[in-house]
Amino acid sequence: MHKEFSPEPDAEKSFRVPDKGNIQRRKRCGEFLGRSAAFLAAALVVLLTMSIIYFIGSKGLATFTAHGVRVTEFLFSTQWWPDRPLEEGGPAVGSLTFILGSLLVSLLAVAVSAPLSVVVAVFMVEIAPVWGQRVLQPAIEILAGIPSVVYGYVGLSLLVPFIRNYLGGEGFSVLAGFIVLSIMILPTIISVSTDSLRALPPQWKEAALALGSTRWQTIRLVLVPAARSGLITAVVLGLARAFGEALAVQMVIGNTRTIPHSLLDPTITLTSAITMDMGYTIMGSLWNSALWSMGLILLLMSFLFIMVIRVVVRGGMVR
Amino acid sequence: MNARLADRLATIMFWMGAAAVLAILALLLGYILWHGIRVIDWRFLTMPPQTIAAGGGVGPQIFNSFYLLLLTMFITAPLGLLAGIYLAEYAGKGRVTEYIRLSIETLTSLPSIVVGLFGLLIFVNMTGWGYSLMSGALALAVINLPLMVRISEESIRSVPSELREASLALGATRWETMWRVILPSAFPGLVTGAIIAAGRVFGEAAALLYTAGMSSPILNFSDLNPLSPTSPLNPFRPAETLAVHIWKINSEALIPDVRRVADGSSAVLILVVLLFNICARWLGRRIYRRLTAT
Repeated sequence: MHKEFSPEPDAEKSFRVPDKGNIQRRKRCGEFLGRSAAFLAAALVVLLTMSIIYFIGSKGLATFTAHGVRVTEFLFSTQWWPDRPLEEGGPAVGSLTFILGSLLVSLLAVAVSAPLSVVVAVFMVEIAPVWGQRVLQPAIEILAGIPSVVYGYVGLSLLVPFIRNYLGGEGFSVLAGFIVLSIMILPTIISVSTDSLRALPPQWKEAALALGSTRWQTIRLVLVPAARSGLITAVVLGLARAFGEALAVQMVIGNTRTIPHSLLDPTITLTSAITMDMGYTIMGSLWNSALWSMGLILLLMSFLFIMVIRVVVRGGMVR
Repeated sequence: MNARLADRLATIMFWMGAAAVLAILALLLGYILWHGIRVIDWRFLTMPPQTIAAGGGVGPQIFNSFYLLLLTMFITAPLGLLAGIYLAEYAGKGRVTEYIRLSIETLTSLPSIVVGLFGLLIFVNMTGWGYSLMSGALALAVINLPLMVRISEESIRSVPSELREASLALGATRWETMWRVILPSAFPGLVTGAIIAAGRVFGEAAALLYTAGMSSPILNFSDLNPLSPTSPLNPFRPAETLAVHIWKINSEALIPDVRRVADGSSAVLILVVLLFNICARWLGRRIYRRLTAT
């Protein structure tokens, strides 16, 4: 019995047998392997991004290089006859209608969504933090989790008939498109705005209140201006999401290739053109290439949005 | 207008804004569930869809959605975790890190239809797989990867630095510290984040139209050989998911009961996403309790 308690001399010896150098080497080897694996995974993200840019770029530019369409014509002409034979005026791939449709719908969506989102964000941070945390936070997470096709379907089966019956027109319209989008981008704008308002130092608010400002004055004159760069970031992110959304918009916008004259007119967007026609056009044809060019526009727009955010954030930090 | 009145009015405005968002959510959920719950029954959940007759179900679509989610997670979970480890632990402040972060930002803000186009080009055409589950899973991985990287970086960073310092002081290497000390305590955050990301993947459709395809071959659910073309487990068969199905029947279906199928499918989609959300919260809390023994 006694023996079990005392460390056996053999055991002690065998414990010391692997020399320190060996363990050290194995450790260093494991460290090296782990570090390399982590780096490779991160490098893969860069590689992936580069290849997306390269492949979408080269396919998108084929319209201008292989098919010889002028860039200005593609961007600023509304003449879209990709399948018209040469003798009837030739194929033309002016995409202005699509570009305008995308811009119009997403800007309107942001115009509706941004003020409401900032109001809700301020509410969650300043007016009723506990209530905001318990009720609104989960609500916004659920809103963010609803798939875009479901937004589109609710738009199609509820909003479109409503507009048709009560406001007139076909129902499929710019109005339906931007309402659906404005609800879709609410959670994005709200959550980023909330983060930036939460990050403000509490002393600023306290100082403003101590100087005799009301809560509204504090919010309007101190907190919102101070969180400005974060709020702008939030809005730009919302705009980016609205601009790139495909199916929800495609389901309610009507997809007619006309420039709308009122909110009740249907129109078409870049994303819905790609969604509908990509499967029915032959790879490499002019029509197909034009669709890839539209994809390239979407890609470039998302770069633009990232750049805007970077500039805004940097400006915010300097201040 | 005096300041106090303005303050009162502003407060009312803030409450109304919050109420509006809640009302929108209630309307959406209420509408979908009210119409959808009546459609959902065992037959609807298991039967294959009909092409021209009424009364079809969405069984294969539900299976495809889950299978695709599983494949996507197999690809992104390890990659996202490793890249997150790199950014949280090893990355310096150099130019390389800057490129990685810019790439992640770019991928995050990429419209999913653009990812779908990329997938069509690389995973469908260049690999020669055609429309297939694997192509779809890879496209979804592109969408999901930046999210997973951010989630793992954030949950690793939120581990108190004392744990890390203590482990390093005891002679563990950084990798050992990461693997044995930091990751176990970052686990609740990782799981919660991954499940919520899974919910996003589950509902994605735009990236799948031209990668996983819009058709589902006839599946024989008793055939479990993953190489057989009619096996549901074959990753190289075309597969229409539930979200794609909703879109497709609304734009080009010939069945007379589009409304019924779409209502039911939307409700199933929403219920699954809600379930993911609830699971994430519950599991996160439970694992946290288990680990901290409170």
